[in-house]
Amino acid sequence: MEFFGASLLLYLLGAVCALCPVGRELAARLGPLGALAGSLAGLAGILRAPVSAASQIILPWGLPVGSLSLGLDPASRLFLLPVYVLGAACAVSGAAALSGHGEHACRDRRGPHWFFFNVLLAGLCLVMAARDAVCFLLAWEIMSLAPFFLISFHDDEAEVREATWVYLVAAHLGAVCVIAFFAAFWAGAGATGFDALAGAAAGGRLAAPSVLFLLALVGFGAKIGLPPFHIWLPDVYPAAPSHVTAVMSGGMINVGVYGLWRALELLGPTAAPWWGWTVAGIGIAAALSGILQALAQGNLKRLLAYSSVENMGLVCLGLGLGLVGRSSGNETIAVLGFAGAVFHMLNHAVFKGLLFLCAGEVLHAVGSVGIAHLGGLGKRLPAVGALFTLASLGIAGLPPLSGFAGELVLALALLSGFDLPGLLPRVAMAAMLAALAGVGGFALAAFAKASGLAFLGEPRTPAAARAVPAGREAMAPLYFLAAVAALAAACSPGLLALAGQAALDFPGLDPAPARAALAMAGGVLWSVLAISACLLGFVAAFLLLRSRLLAANGLRRQPTWGCGYAAPTARIQYGSGSFVEPTAKILGLPMGLSRRLDMDAGYFPARGALAVASPDRIKLRLFTPLFEAVGRACDALKVVQHGRVHLYILYVLATVILLLAWKL
Amino acid sequence: MELFSSVMVALICVNLGYLAVTRLRSLARLTAVQGVLLSLAPLLFAAPGDHGHALFLSLGVLAIKGIGFPWLLARTLSRLEVNPVVEPYLGYNLSLLAGVSGLLFSLWLETRLPFPPGLFPPLLFPAALTSIFTGLTLVVARQKAVTQVIGYLAAENGIFLLGTPLSGQGSVWLELSVLLDVFVAVFVMGIALHHISKTFESIDVGRFCTLRD
Amino acid sequence: MHTLAHLLLALLLAPLVPGVINRVKARMAGRTGRPLLQTYYDLAKLLHKGSVISQTSGWVLGAGPAVSLAAILCALLLLPGAGTDAPVRFAGDFMLMAYLLGLSRLGLVLSALDTGSSFEGMGASREAAFSALAEPVLFLCFLSLSADTGSFSLSGMLGAGLAGAVDTQRLFLPVILFVLLLAENSRIPVDDPNTHLELTMIHEVMVLDHAGPDMAHIVYGASLKLWLFAALTVLSVLPARDMAAPAAWAAFVGGVFLVAVAVGVTESIMARLRMERVPRLLGGAGALAALSLVLMVWR
Repeated sequence: MEFFGASLLLYLLGAVCALCPVGRELAARLGPLGALAGSLAGLAGILRAPVSAASQIILPWGLPVGSLSLGLDPASRLFLLPVYVLGAACAVSGAAALSGHGEHACRDRRGPHWFFFNVLLAGLCLVMAARDAVCFLLAWEIMSLAPFFLISFHDDEAEVREATWVYLVAAHLGAVCVIAFFAAFWAGAGATGFDALAGAAAGGRLAAPSVLFLLALVGFGAKIGLPPFHIWLPDVYPAAPSHVTAVMSGGMINVGVYGLWRALELLGPTAAPWWGWTVAGIGIAAALSGILQALAQGNLKRLLAYSSVENMGLVCLGLGLGLVGRSSGNETIAVLGFAGAVFHMLNHAVFKGLLFLCAGEVLHAVGSVGIAHLGGLGKRLPAVGALFTLASLGIAGLPPLSGFAGELVLALALLSGFDLPGLLPRVAMAAMLAALAGVGGFALAAFAKASGLAFLGEPRTPAAARAVPAGREAMAPLYFLAAVAALAAACSPGLLALAGQAALDFPGLDPAPARAALAMAGGVLWSVLAISACLLGFVAAFLLLRSRLLAANGLRRQPTWGCGYAAPTARIQYGSGSFVEPTAKILGLPMGLSRRLDMDAGYFPARGALAVASPDRIKLRLFTPLFEAVGRACDALKVVQHGRVHLYILYVLATVILLLAWKL
Repeated sequence: MELFSSVMVALICVNLGYLAVTRLRSLARLTAVQGVLLSLAPLLFAAPGDHGHALFLSLGVLAIKGIGFPWLLARTLSRLEVNPVVEPYLGYNLSLLAGVSGLLFSLWLETRLPFPPGLFPPLLFPAALTSIFTGLTLVVARQKAVTQVIGYLAAENGIFLLGTPLSGQGSVWLELSVLLDVFVAVFVMGIALHHISKTFESIDVGRFCTLRD
Repeated sequence: MHTLAHLLLALLLAPLVPGVINRVKARMAGRTGRPLLQTYYDLAKLLHKGSVISQTSGWVLGAGPAVSLAAILCALLLLPGAGTDAPVRFAGDFMLMAYLLGLSRLGLVLSALDTGSSFEGMGASREAAFSALAEPVLFLCFLSLSADTGSFSLSGMLGAGLAGAVDTQRLFLPVILFVLLLAENSRIPVDDPNTHLELTMIHEVMVLDHAGPDMAHIVYGASLKLWLFAALTVLSVLPARDMAAPAAWAAFVGGVFLVAVAVGVTESIMARLRMERVPRLLGGAGALAALSLVLMVWR
């Protein structure tokens, strides 16, 4: 706990120093330094203590309700791990990225930016450690508000301003449901500490646990990005600075999962069987729709945002499977589901953080992240290209990286589902496994598109041809995250054991069969590790063979074969829309692709234009009309606010008369 | 019993085939295959001393459902000048998904309906119900009137299959149901199609909406 | 010992499979055709050739085929032999095999995109689309096999033969696996391995700019992949565990070459499907796989 407290103090110190008026450059250096130091302190705290230890402290505070009750248990520690790792990496990366913004004193907003960055990290830590409902809600609010100021760093662009408002609305609509959840829970339990709430649920004193479950699902689901509440992710992630997006997608999106985990833990034994199936079903549907929409995007950051929706869907699938296993008494499904969810969450944090930081380097070097403006960056930015490809391999779930291990654990949970009684549960498990395979296939296609079209081939614009690699300070966090990914791949059985600690801590599981199931899964991962080692060995051998043979037999360079076409340019390469055209012919509707073809009629048209766009259908058809209707209703109410003072006094008189008549 | 379950599985495959074929002639040939498979069903339920009756029924079903209707369908198709491709409202892969969902639903339904034990041998009820759902899917999800007739025939075959366990104990109503098929098929196909094509010069039922005020 | 023997058998005999297929196609077309051992000669020739590489490409062009071949070799490590277990077996290893095949595909797709050519981009996009559709079908097949045999490992699922009496739904699985063989190895009716026209290409177009050692990796990898899928098809019906060892191996090898002959015959009598029809083929195979899975689970 001491290191945790030290990390919080360092964050607050960094926040204060970032605002102090001593000197702009000094403040802009102290801010990220505070974030880095706090993250490293927290990381040291987690690595020192055994994960399964639970500790708790209660501090006094001046509010009449609740208490500052903080505690660390396996789940908190594991969810804090990505926050610290990404916090450290993104602080360094952000310092390097923003160092060019300090020329004009009046427009230098780095100080407030680092203040809110530190506040965000502190808020995330507090949420994960809170053991009291009021403390949790306060920390949630801090954690939700801080990104509002971080996203709007480049607020001279209209899209950034709009994205910031979208974020604020989405975060608070979710927060309303979370507040309602805790308020209803508190009303049933009478006290705000998590122990009291869990006791009330176990004692059966809750009025309607299913309503509480739905409130938690909606509220935390908006933060996780479950459809249909995911629409803020694709707008907000491209608008924010890349280091902020990396923290948000790797650290902050997990806080929704953490909240759902805690809510399910608190609701505990009152869980009905349909809860698990609902969460698992929503998860797999989110995964499928997320990856299909990711496949359709032409902007790297939007693609990565939809891929986050997909991965969080898989995490929810794991959570749902855990619930199903627990309610049907099958320990294997339960523990493998929960452990798989946490494992996949950890993998996603590392790979997605690395991907967003690489995208940030691309943005910095070229000035755009649209695939139509990129190309051939693998030769101009070799390190970024290699790291992006590595992270793409990981997030697509391919061996030898740990992303595959996470998906395999989820698959093992689904395979254990064949032990469930009845036809429908078994068929549902089989269907979900087939859908998982489909998600894997489409993820491979989406990331082949992202890394292949952006980094390979010829540059499509002069800006891409002139891209200059970044300096060492900017690349250091990327190498750090790549090293973490390699470590995770080499230690995947160990990571599973860690995730299993959090799973075993979930109430309602019988420890002995659960440990056996975890041991079985660990054995499976050791075999996978053996095969991965063979894979790397074979790759090295074949590359060696190739270099020997080419040295002996000669290597020449010629232009790419163009079938005799007289005037090839870089723009006739396959691009974002054309790469997904075969898929769009089959699955255009779920992908949300819309094509418009303007061509003169008849043979040999003189003029033709094709536009392929991928707007978010749910945002276009559901939320935009809804908010426009609300806006119109609010506008209609403006007749009340006309500015005539004598009518305002008439309102007061009318209200007084009404109250008198009603009460007497 | 192995033969019986193989016949049921083949019937389910034929149902999936209905949803997946793209040409009207193949659809007509599938009707023939379904009729031949159905003609085996009364033989498997024959009461021990009544082989002659079962054989007669089986031959009758073969003649009507296995040979008669498909021949009539093929004749109609060659008389009408139709585009030989089936035009769907619902795409092929989605129709297949609907078919598999129908199979799942019928398997689940079998466990929920309170049958007297031993009434239906395993797989008979799901096969029959899948035929009914497939037939109805063809009626709903395809554009041409001919496919709607074929869908109706497929659904009728399913209902017939549901009745075959009773064929060993006196099957007057079973024979009546076959005669109903004949009546409906001749009536609907021969007369209605003829009239539709003469009046509208097409058998696309989507054009019926022009009859609206 | 036996487990490595079957791996050795695969490594040695795999290039014979494309030879058999080509010979069957040639005979059915009335020609004599190339020698059965032509693929071996091609591999030897390619290893002695230098390479002409596109100026656009970087390191991915050479790394892609190497990764692809390495991934297929690792997938072979998971394949059981006739009546013997695979060198590496564990519950869920079929998922590792499917994802290793995906890795090999990714290697080829990225090396195709590295050349900056529209042809190769076209092949890459088609390959990505159709293989994403084929993966769930492959999983449904494996799930049917595991529902039938009760084992979640390939070594338990394959080689068990048709349990007891001839179950009709069990017979679907070799047919579906054969269709998947045609789809994943880019054979007619999914792709035409003989032409290099953009109308008909998926796999052949991705390797247009490869030569020398890279092409050797690709050709050998393609033969190994054919062997893998043929072995899956044969072992899903061959009751190899109940047969004596020599008879089982003979039946297995004979079965693999029988599958090769069947591929040759299919390629000769069918035309390539239009690109829009390929998802329907895969959808039909998927529906059959789902049907067989549902019937096995229900039982």
